[in-house]
Amino acid sequence: MSPVQVRRAAIVGGNRIPFARANGPYARASNQDMLTAALDGLVGRFGLAGERLGEVAAGAVLKHSRDFNLTREAVLGSALAPETPAYDVQQACGTGLETTIHVANKIALGQIECGVSGGVDTVSDAPIELNDDLRRILLRANAARSPLERIATLARVRPGHVIPSTPRNAEPRTGLSMGEHQDLSTRRWEITRREQDEYAAASHHKLAAAYEAGFFDDLMTPYLGLTRDQNLRPDTSVDKLAALPPVFGEREGATMTAGNSTPLSDGASTVLLASESWAQERSLPVLAYFVDAETAAVDFVHGDEGLLAAPLYAVPRLLQRNGLGLGDFDFYEIHEAFASQVLMTLRAWEDPVFCKERLGLDSPLGTIDRDRLNVNGSSLAAGHPFAATGGRIVATLAKLLHDKGSGRGLISICAAGGQGVTAILEAA
Amino acid sequence: MSTNERDLLLKVANHPVGKQVLGRIGLPRPAPLERWQPGRPLISGPVLLGEAPAGRLGDAVRKVLAEAGSDTRSDPGTTERFKGLVFDASGISGSGELKALYDFFHPVIRRTLPSGRVIVLGTPPEEAGAVPAAIAQRALEGFVRSVGKELRGGATAQLLYVSPGAEDVCESTLRFLLSPRSAYVSGQVVRVRPVPDDLVVVPDDWDVPLRGRVAAVTGAARGIGAAIARTFARDGAHVVCVDLAAQGDALAGVANEVGGEAVQLDITAADAPERLIDHVRTRHGGLDVMVHNAGITRDKTLANMREDAWTAVIEVNLAAQERFNDALLSSGILRRPGRIVSVSSMVGIAGQRGQTNYATSKAGIIGMVQALAAPVAERGATINAVAPGFIETDMTAAMPFGPREAGRRMNSLSQGGLPVDVAETIAWLAGPATSGVNGQVVRVCGQSLVGA
Repeated sequence: MSPVQVRRAAIVGGNRIPFARANGPYARASNQDMLTAALDGLVGRFGLAGERLGEVAAGAVLKHSRDFNLTREAVLGSALAPETPAYDVQQACGTGLETTIHVANKIALGQIECGVSGGVDTVSDAPIELNDDLRRILLRANAARSPLERIATLARVRPGHVIPSTPRNAEPRTGLSMGEHQDLSTRRWEITRREQDEYAAASHHKLAAAYEAGFFDDLMTPYLGLTRDQNLRPDTSVDKLAALPPVFGEREGATMTAGNSTPLSDGASTVLLASESWAQERSLPVLAYFVDAETAAVDFVHGDEGLLAAPLYAVPRLLQRNGLGLGDFDFYEIHEAFASQVLMTLRAWEDPVFCKERLGLDSPLGTIDRDRLNVNGSSLAAGHPFAATGGRIVATLAKLLHDKGSGRGLISICAAGGQGVTAILEAA
Repeated sequence: MSTNERDLLLKVANHPVGKQVLGRIGLPRPAPLERWQPGRPLISGPVLLGEAPAGRLGDAVRKVLAEAGSDTRSDPGTTERFKGLVFDASGISGSGELKALYDFFHPVIRRTLPSGRVIVLGTPPEEAGAVPAAIAQRALEGFVRSVGKELRGGATAQLLYVSPGAEDVCESTLRFLLSPRSAYVSGQVVRVRPVPDDLVVVPDDWDVPLRGRVAAVTGAARGIGAAIARTFARDGAHVVCVDLAAQGDALAGVANEVGGEAVQLDITAADAPERLIDHVRTRHGGLDVMVHNAGITRDKTLANMREDAWTAVIEVNLAAQERFNDALLSSGILRRPGRIVSVSSMVGIAGQRGQTNYATSKAGIIGMVQALAAPVAERGATINAVAPGFIETDMTAAMPFGPREAGRRMNSLSQGGLPVDVAETIAWLAGPATSGVNGQVVRVCGQSLVGA
């Protein structure tokens, strides 16, 4: 076996479309439409029209069965060369970061010179499936050997069968929605309503400031008339957020509202990765390098761990492998599924008991400097089209590191199914 | 869109029945204008060349026409029709000799083919030396402008003043004026002046005169800007397409179509010049052509105009360009032979009710190219402007019927121009071979009556 040379994968840049609220301006756009638009914006930004890239990896969490080859179809509809291969990845909210890991690893191993990672999701154009009983009857009728048998089979259709089965944001094994799960964790970690609202308001204010500074001018391409994330409320305040009613969990002591939880959203994002030589040949910038990644999962079904707690385990393993401490980062990007998920993460890593009993550490993992956390806002303000969040975060962090000119950043994304995807980037 | 789809009269006038009807009721009968396509000859028909005695430019014209494979004649014959009528009047040194114009054009002017070209070459009056020569050379303008108004069938007339010593740098201009690239340019006076030897550039292939050039075009997402990007790409340039972030969607579409790049940038931002310069330095090591096309209108009569309507128009259409030019020149990013081309407007020449802000900004563009011509030339570059007349765009399509029809017809070609006509003119001025044209304003207006 020939030795494998490992090299650094560079992040050249990114492009996303502004994120829209569910049933908003993108209500009639499909996943394929949005992913194609995000890809075309990326191609335009880096002058890649007609180029054959190593691969495009992307995915969606909510997918129609017709989208069995979503990313490849988006590539075929884009300005990229049709000879660019593509594939879909699906790892819930971790999809966007997971695709980045795939592409970065292939570049590191020299299997490809460049590639695009990304993700897209729509809850406005979500698939609606046939009622399962009706589906079985139709399948059986289709397989019938005689017309009579077919008619007899179809005669079993009942009025109740016309009610379709719609996708739910719920865990199949617990029946609880993600918000209901996080409500349990919020109570366990005693995250107050006030803390959550303060955190959420800050996310909006930071994202608004980033827009004002033109930070997204080279990270975003408008789509269907939307030029900014629709969910962004620059003028929101702790007081305004405090007026919202809780929406998850038992009413008594409930703290999670529509304001301190991410809204359902539509959108797409992409990231361009390459070997240094590929970028250099084209005089393209290198914003940051992809250093390492770690994915973890927790047993939230049988154990007592929270659904969104997997990053708590992934990050310590990632730090240990890279010989780093929690404080060794200039920027932290923790996906804001819920304000309480971020606050719980910070609290757990400061907690000696959790760190000893669950992480096996002699002392707490550490404290994150809040001034370095999600400095340009995150999902609470921007919105969270599930698979598109990873690409948004990777491109944002890469640009932050580039603007600073040095240092490293940590990404942590919690995902359904008790999973967490984390990664380290380093300034170029 | 290379044909004029928006003009109903143009369609009717070129239908056998419609043509007769329009003739009887006295409506103008606009002719379809021939437009250039890659691979087409420079001029698609015989050219008659005439020379007044002691002319300096006959050889230059013959050389261009020969290289272009054109059928050049000196004998008008009696029935032959011509695509081009070219007359070298540079040797005319007194008003008595102007009769040579009559003698050459009178027998053949009616034999001009559709989309024909009339070109008179002269010596700039200010360089003619003796007073009688200066007078006679200045008189050529009146002749050419009148011929432009008499020509039919989409033919145009231009006056090209070539300074002594500039005979070897007038080729790109001659080619532009002879070819269908100048479809909507008529009644114009262009001056070509001598340049240092290293700025005399001859492209390897005149079909792609911008090959290897990096050009930034502002306002490239739509309309005339998008046409500039397409035309530049067709002519071989790599186009950096610039527009507001809000136009990013359409901008990426244009950039991908022309194989260029999209840069989302608000040109009025304080750091905009620096950001564009950083971009082209990183990606291309420099810039060859800057096209200032982005512009806005905020129309109101002066009495009704809000302060922000005034400020925004001046800022976008003029002040931002000044800042870009300062930065381009001080940064040294513009490679020899650099080109700056700005879009002015017929309104900047003539003025327009309800457009005090716009006309001020567009007249300022004229001042800008005139004032910067010398300092720009010191850096081996040129700066020029085009002044479009009525161009068929989404903006003019939204005008009320009356003003729109008036705008369309009040010119020698009885029709509006297309965005590509403006783009072709800018591409000529942006060409590395057009070093001799500097500090000038060329109208793309079909010889409009407005401001002429």
